Amino acid sequence: MSFPSFKILAAVFALAVAVPAIAQEQRAPDGAAAPDANAVNEQQLLQQESRIEGRIDIPDTRARVLIQPAGRRWDYFHEMTLHRVGAIVILGMMVLLGLAFLILGRLRISAGRSGKKIKRFSAFERFSHWLTASSFVLLGLTGLNITFGKIVLLPLMGENAFSDLAQFAKYVHNFVSFAFILGLILIVTLWIKDNIPRQVDIEWIRQGGGFIKGKHAPAGRFNAGEKAIFWCALAAGAAVSVSGLLLLFPFYGTNIATMQVAQVVHAVIAVLFVALILAHIYIGTLGMEGAFEAMGTGEVDANWAKEHHDLWYVEKQAQESIGPASATSIK
Amino acid sequence: MARMKFLCDADRCIDCNACVTACKNENEVPWGINRRRVITINDGKPGERSVSMACMHCTDAPCAAVCPVSCIFSTDDGVVLHSKDLCIGCGYCFYACPFGAPQYPKLGNFGSRGKMDKCTYCAGGGGTEVSGSIEEYRKYGANRLAQGKLPLCAEMCSTKSLLAGDGEIIAEIYKERVLKRGYGSGAWGWMTAYKEGIAS
Repeated sequence: MSFPSFKILAAVFALAVAVPAIAQEQRAPDGAAAPDANAVNEQQLLQQESRIEGRIDIPDTRARVLIQPAGRRWDYFHEMTLHRVGAIVILGMMVLLGLAFLILGRLRISAGRSGKKIKRFSAFERFSHWLTASSFVLLGLTGLNITFGKIVLLPLMGENAFSDLAQFAKYVHNFVSFAFILGLILIVTLWIKDNIPRQVDIEWIRQGGGFIKGKHAPAGRFNAGEKAIFWCALAAGAAVSVSGLLLLFPFYGTNIATMQVAQVVHAVIAVLFVALILAHIYIGTLGMEGAFEAMGTGEVDANWAKEHHDLWYVEKQAQESIGPASATSIK
Repeated sequence: MARMKFLCDADRCIDCNACVTACKNENEVPWGINRRRVITINDGKPGERSVSMACMHCTDAPCAAVCPVSCIFSTDDGVVLHSKDLCIGCGYCFYACPFGAPQYPKLGNFGSRGKMDKCTYCAGGGGTEVSGSIEEYRKYGANRLAQGKLPLCAEMCSTKSLLAGDGEIIAEIYKERVLKRGYGSGAWGWMTAYKEGIAS
């Protein structure tokens, strides 16, 4: 017999001896099955499943979960990870934008104002934008309050006043969310066509969007930066909307475990979304001359359009000279 | 000062639900809320065990940590209490609790949960009400601890499965039981709640 086959034989023999020993039930001295035979053990159960569930007599079957240690992990996420990462991301973005303002300054219209106005956004487009924007600001502030309020505001306001504020903020957050979802649907429907990535966007990115070389990069109605904001807002908006709705209607297709996940997704995406929108607000107001009026009055200066959206400007001019009906798209 | 804990000796629990009933009656708990419940693991199979569970009054209570208005706190006795005046019904404690203790009087669509309710260890409430007053009783239930009594669920447990009292004393009682009878399925929830088991 060769050496390896002897080893296998020895292993089989060891198993044959060991298996009955494991399977044999422990017996009490009188021969009856020991009361602790195969008793369930908490640590073993928790190694197999993330939570321990059983049968319950009361009508509320959701209460059949005995222990879910994941609650402590969610606590850690909420009190450590979210507080730290949230503060770093949002304050970090503010610092970055402050630096951008100090270094780059306000991006002026190079050729100065022409005095000639071009229609950029219709009244309905502006309504959709401001519906989304105003609800976003309310949702952002009330959302930050429920995470950071107890650190920032509670010591200033005292517990009773802060509790009233937080209660009010909770309802604002819960109901304004529907305005945000409506606004998001509107702006996506209105602008998705003009936000589809095109060849010219690669050139815009290669030229650093005109930020680096100080030379204006080519763009259609929306430049690659605006398109990036659009798609990020769409993705983040959809993620916070879905996760938010799940939290707004507890136990519709969710349980505590999935609500914890929904809350983590909601919080992480929302923090990133706030940082993104801070940058969007900066470039649309302080950061660039002539940009705000597009969403303010709906009309931009012709020179601004020429510099920032040259292809769109050419298209607009063509539409005006030929007439809207026969205009050809040069996007 | 004593550090109050609960311990359910699952090898003694017979799933009679007297603790559940006692709690509901003593504290006049609102409809739909069960501060204490009994869960049977491996129902009908060998090794089946029933465990009576309520708020475990955790060490470093996760509910207290996540509360956005900081209305939950631990007393000197280690009992976790909350103020229903400050609670905004956001549901965070209920995501964080490992034992499913926080509950709300309403279902909670659109965040309309109402004020959180949970086991108070029969120690009244964490609000501004005078200890032992009728106002405190209406909002939070009995304050037996102030009268030198333990939670009623444990006091009237027919098999003395559910133990309440100073953590060290009830751990000692449990250890002695395990030693005498030669087995024990462990102090359920202790590792999660108090970050320590009972070595037996």
